[in-house]
Amino acid sequence: MNGAIYGVVGIVLFAIGLYALFVRPHVLHKLIAGNVAVSGVFLVLLRSGHGAPDPVSQAMVLTGIVVAVAITGFAAALLVRMARVTGRATLGRSSGP
Amino acid sequence: MSDAVSAPWLMAAPVVLPLAAGLISVVLPRGRAELAVGVGALILIASSALLQTVTASGTQFMAVGGWTPPLGIGWRLDFIAALFLTVTALICLVVALFARGYLRRALPAVDERFWPPFLLLWAALAALYLSADLFNLYVALELLTLAAVMLVTLEGNGAALTGAMRYLLVALAGSAAYLLGVAFLYQGAGTLDLAQAAAGGAVPALAVALMTAGLMAKGALFPLHGWLPPAHAAAPAPGSALLSGLVVKGAFYVLLRLWFEAEPIAGTTRQILGLLGVLAIGWGALLALRQARLKLVVAYSTVAQLGYLLLIFPLAEGAWRTAALSGGLYLALSHSMAKGAMFLSAGLVLYAAGHDRIAELRGLASRAPMTLFAFALAGVTLMGLPPSGGFIAKWQLLTAALGGGQWPWAVVLLAGSLLTAGYTFRAVASTFGSAPAQRDFRTPPRSLEWLALGLALAALGIGFLAADWLPRLEAAFR
Repeated sequence: MNGAIYGVVGIVLFAIGLYALFVRPHVLHKLIAGNVAVSGVFLVLLRSGHGAPDPVSQAMVLTGIVVAVAITGFAAALLVRMARVTGRATLGRSSGP
Repeated sequence: MSDAVSAPWLMAAPVVLPLAAGLISVVLPRGRAELAVGVGALILIASSALLQTVTASGTQFMAVGGWTPPLGIGWRLDFIAALFLTVTALICLVVALFARGYLRRALPAVDERFWPPFLLLWAALAALYLSADLFNLYVALELLTLAAVMLVTLEGNGAALTGAMRYLLVALAGSAAYLLGVAFLYQGAGTLDLAQAAAGGAVPALAVALMTAGLMAKGALFPLHGWLPPAHAAAPAPGSALLSGLVVKGAFYVLLRLWFEAEPIAGTTRQILGLLGVLAIGWGALLALRQARLKLVVAYSTVAQLGYLLLIFPLAEGAWRTAALSGGLYLALSHSMAKGAMFLSAGLVLYAAGHDRIAELRGLASRAPMTLFAFALAGVTLMGLPPSGGFIAKWQLLTAALGGGQWPWAVVLLAGSLLTAGYTFRAVASTFGSAPAQRDFRTPPRSLEWLALGLALAALGIGFLAADWLPRLEAAFR
């Protein structure tokens, strides 16, 4: 079993994704970065199983993918609407009315 | 387990009814408001019945669809879950009645879009309270976030869409951190059930830290609160009431279960969480005092009030554990009602004046006295004056602080009440005096004023239920 590689790669992806989510100004970049981070989490989840194959960790990853797809789809639609209304695809500084 | 026949349907009702009504309201536009109110009444009855069941026969377990955990979905109903279900049903029902009259008059464009996310949010909250394992909690939290962000977007202007986007991105980071924590916990303990993991003595500190950070982002706990005020202030008033009253408490509910069912980390970490609470109380109140718009005052007040909930962590030690925990839960419940009432009143101010700029509200008190009374009465609960639910909560926390020899926290509790009085009074005082002649305020509908006042009175009234609820809340954490 050479499962440790999943854990290490997963944590690295999580860290890269989270970093980019905070520093990238463009919301589409942020969204992709968030997906990279979540994919890293899925790798760690796969590694977390007890006994091979562990159906619980696989079920968690599958459900997690469904959740991530739903959130990403909604966020993409929201981004398009936001860009049309405000004319920009960044969040800018804390927005007053 | 004596109610094996009736309990499963009853337990499913708070999740299934709003979910079904939400789907129907997407397809059938007519009569959505009436559907939501009718379903809401049913849920309130079911939740009250569940409260009775728990009282009579103890904690209930249910494997949804007969599939047992860990692969199936396990639901658990204890006194805390039943109490949160009931209070949530009460608040949601009042909000539904309010939105039915308010949106048609004040925001007709929002009226048709409000109901599906509102009902989805209700179902997600119920699923959150009932979920027995950490992964189902994750799914419920995601549903809750999705519905909450939709409520923020409803008015469709730049501020609403940008506020919603920021909220969604913070929540995305938070849920990634939470799920990574779940992964580490499952790897270390081999179970997703927190109580089982704790019994096995294997709750990795890293897992708890990651889950805590994720929940703090979702629950807008200091210093991860920055997204809350613009998002909550941009939503239409009934939506703001749900977001500030219930949604952020959802993350807090999970946090409390995480820390006090398993007791993973003791000592200094708890003191750090308490210190963050102190900063939240001070920072939130200072910014609430400086806001020019009423809805932003109420939103920053939420940031401050959430800080009190963090004070539970250092206070719930040793002999004073149950006092602090029951006080914290009482605070969460009474704040839910009071903050709901405050945002509904703020919505009526917005309707009456056409804006919510505090500097230009002079004379409103004579046109909408009941609205302002409801706002002030809700403030009484936030300040923790007797006989409100907030008073009972702060009394419990003070008892724990002084009894446990941790008096600095007691000073914070009292100073926070003064600050709360400051921003509530500033908002209310600005509406007195005679109005300049050029201002024409509308009179808010009396029925809507009664709803806001009713919720404020409920927040005050649960102070009288303390003799019944406090011992049972304390027993739930023993």
